[in-house]
Amino acid sequence: AWASYMTNSPTLIVMIGLPARGKTYMSKKLTRYLNWIGVPTKVFNLGVYRREAVKSYKSYDFFRHDNKEAMEIRKRCALVALEDVKSYLLEECGQIAVRSSARKSVLHQGGSKLPGVFFVESVCDDPEVIAANILEVKVSSPDYPERHRENVMDDFLKRIECYKVTYQPLDPDADDKDLSFIKVINVGQRFLVNRVQDYIQSKIVYYLMNIHVQPRTIYLCRHGESEYNLVGRIGGDSGLSARGKQFSQALKKFIEEQEIVDLKVWTSQLKRTIQTAESLGVLYEQWKILNEIDAGVCEEMTYAEIEAKYPDEFAMRDQEKYLYRYPGGESYQDLVQRLEPVIMELERQGNVLVISHQAVMRCLLAYFLDKSADELPYLRCPLHTILKLTPVAYGCKVETITLNVEAVNTHRDKPSLNSHGLPGRQSPVRMRRNSFTPRAGADTVKRPRHHSLGSKPLHLPGPLPSLE
Amino acid sequence: VCMTNCPTLIVMVGLPARGKTYISKKLTRYLNWIGVPTKEFNVGQYRRDLVKKYKSFEFFLPDNEEGLKIRKQCALAALNDVRQYLSEENGHVAVFDATNTTRERRETIYKFGEENGYKTFFVESVCVDPEVIAANIVQVKLGSPDYVDCSNDEATEDFMKRIECYKNSYETLDETLDKDLSYIKIMDVGRSYLVNRVMDHIQSRIVYYLMNIHVTPRSIYLCRHGESELNLKGRIGGDPGLSVRGKEFAKSLAQFINEQNIKDLKVWTSQMKRTIQTAEALGVPYEQWKVLNEIDAGVCEEMTYEEIQENYPLEFALRDQDKYRYRYPKGESYEDLVQRLEPVIMELERQENVLVICHQAVMRCLLAYFLDKPAEQLPYLKCPLHTVLKLTPVAYGKCNYVYL
Repeated sequence: AWASYMTNSPTLIVMIGLPARGKTYMSKKLTRYLNWIGVPTKVFNLGVYRREAVKSYKSYDFFRHDNKEAMEIRKRCALVALEDVKSYLLEECGQIAVRSSARKSVLHQGGSKLPGVFFVESVCDDPEVIAANILEVKVSSPDYPERHRENVMDDFLKRIECYKVTYQPLDPDADDKDLSFIKVINVGQRFLVNRVQDYIQSKIVYYLMNIHVQPRTIYLCRHGESEYNLVGRIGGDSGLSARGKQFSQALKKFIEEQEIVDLKVWTSQLKRTIQTAESLGVLYEQWKILNEIDAGVCEEMTYAEIEAKYPDEFAMRDQEKYLYRYPGGESYQDLVQRLEPVIMELERQGNVLVISHQAVMRCLLAYFLDKSADELPYLRCPLHTILKLTPVAYGCKVETITLNVEAVNTHRDKPSLNSHGLPGRQSPVRMRRNSFTPRAGADTVKRPRHHSLGSKPLHLPGPLPSLE
Repeated sequence: VCMTNCPTLIVMVGLPARGKTYISKKLTRYLNWIGVPTKEFNVGQYRRDLVKKYKSFEFFLPDNEEGLKIRKQCALAALNDVRQYLSEENGHVAVFDATNTTRERRETIYKFGEENGYKTFFVESVCVDPEVIAANIVQVKLGSPDYVDCSNDEATEDFMKRIECYKNSYETLDETLDKDLSYIKIMDVGRSYLVNRVMDHIQSRIVYYLMNIHVTPRSIYLCRHGESELNLKGRIGGDPGLSVRGKEFAKSLAQFINEQNIKDLKVWTSQMKRTIQTAEALGVPYEQWKVLNEIDAGVCEEMTYEEIQENYPLEFALRDQDKYRYRYPKGESYEDLVQRLEPVIMELERQENVLVICHQAVMRCLLAYFLDKPAEQLPYLKCPLHTVLKLTPVAYGKCNYVYL
C-alpha cells in the first residue's frame, strides 16, 4: 500500500564525486534496495557508456580536461545516457534513474515531464579509503584487463587528478542551496542533507545513512525441520522434529567453528526458529516481523489439501506467486513490505545470523542477491542449509553450506504454463486482493494469526521497535 | 566504553527561540510512545523554580556573576536528576534542554556522560530567519511564566535582549573542532541537516525522526469507520461491512469534509471493508494501509465480550489486568499495535492535512501518540463511533482536539 503513494512523478538521482569515492557502490546498492521495496529503479553509468564508445582504454590521458577529442566523446556519452534516462523514466515507467557523474552538470533539458532531481555526493579525503576502493573495484575493471596492480593504482590516481581540476563540490551555502541533495562525507562519518522534497528522498537519505562498508558476514538459514514439515503442512507453529533438533546442534557446532566476532542472532516469534536458536546457547532476539508468511485460510494444510479444497486459489498462486495473497493471509509482496525494517537493521549491523522461514528467507536473499520479484518466490532455500553472505566489491558473495542433516524438501518449482487447465486469462492475479473484493468464494473470514502462544519477546536492548 | 545498552543523553544546543524545547518535547513524546522510556529536563524550568520571580534580561548578562552562579547551579541540579533517571530509575534516554551554547559547557556535559556511561548525542538548532524567531517568540515566549506581568511588546523587547546575551559567546558545533562528537545540526527549521558520527540504532532513529518532522500548520483528522454489522451485534474484530447507520455516517463524513474545505487532504484507510466503505462515500482518492487494520483478537475474533468471558474466563481477566501488554491468544496486544503503527506516525509527521479512517484500538494508539498518553491510559482512551477528532498542533507540540 505505501509504495503506491510514494512518488507519482519520477525521480532522477545524480551521483556526484571524484572517482573512487564509492559512487557506483552506492548507486548499485541504492538501486538494489529501491527495486526490492518495489520502486522500479535503474542505474545509468557513464563509465559503461564511455567504454562502449571507446573500445579500448589506453591511459589516464583520456580524462585530462584539456583533451578536446576525449571531452567530445565524453559529452556525447552523457547525452546518450540522458536520452536513455528519459526514455526509461517516461516511456518505460521507471520511477528512479540513478546516474553516475563526476561533474555536476545539472540536467535541465526542455520538456514538461522533468523528474525531481536529487543529488548524492560522495566526498572523501582519507587516502587510505581511496586506495582501498581502487584496489577493490578498479583493479578488476574492464579498463585494466591485464595491468599490473601498481600500474593500475598509478594510472587511476592520475585519473583522479584530472577530475580534481574541474571538480566543484556541492555548496549548500551558496550556489547549490536550492538543490535537494545529500553529501556523504568520509564513508558515512558525516552527512549534509539539504531540502529533502518528498517521501522517496527521505527514504533514500535514511538508507544511505544506515549503510556501511565495514567487512562483515550475514548468515541466513531456516529453522530446523519441524513436525509440520515432516507431514507436509504449511504454516502453523509446530516444534522441531528429531532431525530438526539434530540440525540445531550441528548449527551450534558450525557457528562455534566459524569463530565469528560479536555475532548477533535473530529469530522469528514462532516456536521452530526459537527452538533452533535455543540450542546455540547464545543471546538471541525475536522479531515478530520475521514470522513466516501468513497463509490465511490455507494455514496448516498440505498442498494436496489446498489443491483439493481451493483449486482456483492453488492455480492462481502458481501463476503469479509474488503478488498472490492467500485469502485472509499475505503475499510475498506483503512480506517484503513487512521485512523492510529487518533489511535496514541488517545494513546497520555487523555479523548477524538470521534464523527464519522459507518465504522470509527468500525475500531477504532476493534483496542481497538482487533477484527480481519473478525469481524471488522460487529461490532455493532448503532446510538445514546455511547461506553465508559476504559483501564484496559491488555485490555479495554467497557460500552454501549444507550441514549434512537430512530433511524433507519443501521447495516447489514454478509449474509449466497451463498445467492446471485454467481458461486463458490475461493477468489473473494482477489485482490487489483486499477484503473488499474477495476472489475465493464467500470467504472473508479472518483466520486467526498463528503466533507462539505466550512467548513474549525477550526484553533485550537492541534494535527498536521490534523488541520494545 | 559502553555498548548498545547504555542510556543515551541527548543535549540540545542553540540560542533561545530556536525550537529546542519544541524538539525536546516532541522527541520525548515519540520515544516514549515507541516504548523507550524518555524524559526531558528543561533547565529553564529549574531556574524558574529557584529564582521565584523573573525580573529582566539582565539576569542573563554574561557579566552578571550572581546570575551565572544560579544558572550553573540549575544546570548541575538538572544533570543530577538526569543521572538519577538514567542510572537509578531505568530511564533509557534523557533530553537535556538548555542553550548549551559554549564548547566549555558542552565539554562538561560530555564528561558527565562519559563518567556515567551514557552515550551523548547533540541536537543543535540553528536559525537566522528573523521571521521564524519572531513567530516562535509570539507562540511560546509571550505566554511564559517569565512574562506573566508584561505586555506583549515589553516581553518581546526583553526577550530579544535576552537572546543578545547569548550571541557573543555562542560557539556553534563545528565540523572540524567537534568532529568527534555525535550530533545533528538542524538548519532553518529543517531546510538542511548536518549529521555527524551516528553511533547506534537509537541515534539513527532519532535522526530519522527529526528529519521528518516539520512545523507547517496543518490538521490531522482521526475517526473510526462507520458502525459495522458486527458492531450492531456486539462482536469484535472480523471484516464486516457497514450497517445502515454506518452508511449514513459515511455520508455525513463526506459532507463534513467538503465543508471544512481542507487543502490537499490525504485520506487513509485500513484494508478492511468497513473503513474502505466509509472512505468510498467521500468520493476522493484514498490510500489503504494494511498496518491500519484493527487489532487482531486471535481466537476471540468475532466473539462478543460475553462469549469471551464464558469461553476464556482466564484470558478475559488477564486482559483487564494489563490491557496494554495483554496479547490475545494467536492475536495481538496494544503493544504490538504500536509497533506496527510506527510507520504511520512517521508518515503522518511528514504529511500535512490527513484524514485517517481506522478502528478503535488503532485510533487509541494514534491518539496516545498525539496527546502524549502513557501506556496505562492508552487502551482506555475514548474513541466512539461516528466521532471525528481534529488535531491541530499548537505550541510545544501538544495538540488541541475537537470532537465534531
